[in-house]
Amino acid sequence: MFKHRMSALTAAVSIALLSQAALAAEEQFFPVLSYRIGPYGANGQSFFGGFVDYLSYVNLKENGINGVKITWEECETEYNNAKGIECYERMKDKAAISTGPIHPMSTGISYALIDKTVADKIPMAMVGYGRTDAVDGSVFPYAFPLVTTYQMQASAIIRFLKEKEKGHLEGKKIVFLYHDSAYGKEPIVALQEEAKLNKFELTVIPVAHPGNEQGAQWLKIRQENPDYVVFWGWGVMNQTAIKAAQKIGFSRDKIVGSWWAGSEEDTVPAGDAAKGYMSATWNVAGKDVPLIADIEKVVYGAGQGNLGNTSKIGTILYNRGVSAAVLSIEAIRKAQEKYGKGKAMTGEQVRWGMENLDISDARLKEIGATNLLPEIKTSCDNHEGSGKIKIQQWDGTQWVVVSGWIEGNKGLIHPLFKASAEQYAKEKGMTPRDCAKEM
Amino acid sequence: MLYREAGQFKTSYAADQQLFPIRQDRIGILILLAVVFLVIPGVAGDYWFSAILIPFLIFSLAALGLNILTGYAGQLSLGSAAFMAVGAYAAYNFQLRIDGIPILVSFVCAGLTAAGIGILFGLPSLWIKGFYLAVATLAAQFFIVWCLTKFPWLSNYSSSGVISTQPLIIFGHAFTSPQEKYLLVLTIVAVMALAAKNMVRSSTGRAWMAVRDMDVAASVIGIRLMPVKLLAFAVSSFYCGVAGALYAFCYLGSVEPDGFSLDMSFRILFMIIIGGVGSILGSFLGAAFILLLPVFLDIALPWAARLLGLPFSSATVSHIQVLVFGALIMFFLIVEPHGLARLWQITKEKLRLWPFPH
Repeated sequence: MFKHRMSALTAAVSIALLSQAALAAEEQFFPVLSYRIGPYGANGQSFFGGFVDYLSYVNLKENGINGVKITWEECETEYNNAKGIECYERMKDKAAISTGPIHPMSTGISYALIDKTVADKIPMAMVGYGRTDAVDGSVFPYAFPLVTTYQMQASAIIRFLKEKEKGHLEGKKIVFLYHDSAYGKEPIVALQEEAKLNKFELTVIPVAHPGNEQGAQWLKIRQENPDYVVFWGWGVMNQTAIKAAQKIGFSRDKIVGSWWAGSEEDTVPAGDAAKGYMSATWNVAGKDVPLIADIEKVVYGAGQGNLGNTSKIGTILYNRGVSAAVLSIEAIRKAQEKYGKGKAMTGEQVRWGMENLDISDARLKEIGATNLLPEIKTSCDNHEGSGKIKIQQWDGTQWVVVSGWIEGNKGLIHPLFKASAEQYAKEKGMTPRDCAKEM
Repeated sequence: MLYREAGQFKTSYAADQQLFPIRQDRIGILILLAVVFLVIPGVAGDYWFSAILIPFLIFSLAALGLNILTGYAGQLSLGSAAFMAVGAYAAYNFQLRIDGIPILVSFVCAGLTAAGIGILFGLPSLWIKGFYLAVATLAAQFFIVWCLTKFPWLSNYSSSGVISTQPLIIFGHAFTSPQEKYLLVLTIVAVMALAAKNMVRSSTGRAWMAVRDMDVAASVIGIRLMPVKLLAFAVSSFYCGVAGALYAFCYLGSVEPDGFSLDMSFRILFMIIIGGVGSILGSFLGAAFILLLPVFLDIALPWAARLLGLPFSSATVSHIQVLVFGALIMFFLIVEPHGLARLWQITKEKLRLWPFPH
């Protein structure tokens, strides 16, 4: 009975889709696990708006990937783990034929999907978040924490501060103020290693979720009087921290946030207090990136834009969504080079593409995304591929980039991933792949 | 005609005391069990197991736990998700730290750990009642989640605080496919639900109900309040703890303390309010309503929008889904404040009279 009802439903849905897609021969399907409502809905709208807009853009501009039309289906996860799994299971059968990488944009959902994606052979991208030890592709073949991870990001921020202090942080005091969750705790190991190496004093101060009350924490910061605050905030916690810093008179240009704490949604509500606040980012904001301007022209010109509110185009999160889509499409292009141009790629083939990504600055220029995101080159034992970020500063109305691409200390951080991945493999009783044999 | 007990004579005490005294009920339950154990595993697909049936059963068990406490013993609690968290982390730690402990034993131990902590947080119920007690149990919700985040030992020093559960192996057989996990969860839930059904009609259950209806009167007729209330907390937390262990091991595979948020406690509370407070069946109906209706709307609404040619973006559809869901909750609460289980009861009463209503 269940099967009948399901197949009737899928039949109805696919008929509706077919009539829309004008019966293209080859189609590359994208399961999009998005969230546009719920606590982080505002962020999701910008991100997934950018993501879907780029897919439309490739369809309109180049008639798909080498002629393969892109189709997609969205499922609302509300940033909720259980709903995320439900969405994943719902799209799984469709994704078995051909699939782009899944971007859950939620650490919780990505953790829950790690084992499932391996069993179903569907690649999962966690661009700048997620299970960070998945950098070690020998243990996590289908998970890709692309571009940067929390640990590499923290390390890069330290490097930025070190350069700011003319090369040494010895004897300096740095406070790490963080959202007390998986997200906020991950960088601590990296910062402790950096503290040992650079001989600065590290104090960690947790903030309980949701973080709309930080009086005690900032009181402590005032007592400590640190040289810098490295800030791993999220949601409402970000504006609260910026306002609290103003209240105790802690200079905002001595706070550096993570990339979850560096969007317009964080600084605009804080008003004047946010002026001078800095954050890390792995993509730049603004419409002066040619690709973003072109998307607005082509996609919104054709009336196929995904955003209801076009003022979000060019915001940091919108551009991040576009960047994530660029990475996905480039991985499929790469896969097509090996497995046949003009064909729809299966999850297994896309996985290979993601593991052999090589996006140079020249290639970024070709697609008009110069400086939108860093160069990326992945391999079996490096699913991150870059580890570079920029530092941006809020000037009161917009984000201004104040640094070049800064790379975290790979030699220090990657062994931590390796050790953690090994422990995971041991707990699960699995044998890692031999990366020397992959190529 | 079909549902009438006329002619069913009870000739022994055993017949009079059985769990389902009416023959039609017994047959109905047997058919239901046969369907869920034998038919569904054969016909349902992976999607149904992993996304619908397993979470439905697990949340039914948690709702059942809360229903024992709130519905039968009358103690309002907002800490169910926290007790699930205790169960999940306890099962993980028993597996991790005791070599060769069978998984089912660690589930039971997880339930017992949750029961112990439930008793601790049930102590305030001896002095305070109603909404004030709800606020006191709120403390459990926040304290337990804080505690799991605070002490890294509990998550085996994982840098993120997230735990990945160990493989499910029972008698040398690894439960990996969604179908096997479903059968495992179903067996545990079925046994525990029947146990609950039996428990609430025993002297313990009647003592709970006496306390719920009027605790002064209950103590006057000789029911000792302290053990009765604490037992309700213990049993309820045991159920929630086992549900939490199943949630981690059979459903998500990896959990973090923040996942067991106040939001989840509220959802479990809504399940019993919608399903029926003080009803075993109500826990299942409520869980089905709260979990499955959004999924159904999620699938049906975009389809309906496309059929009617409405230009809804996916964000709009998501918003409409929340609206419709909220409206349906209000509708059911206005039409039947005693929950879905009461609707079923009314149907049964009508069926008894059918076709000659008077």
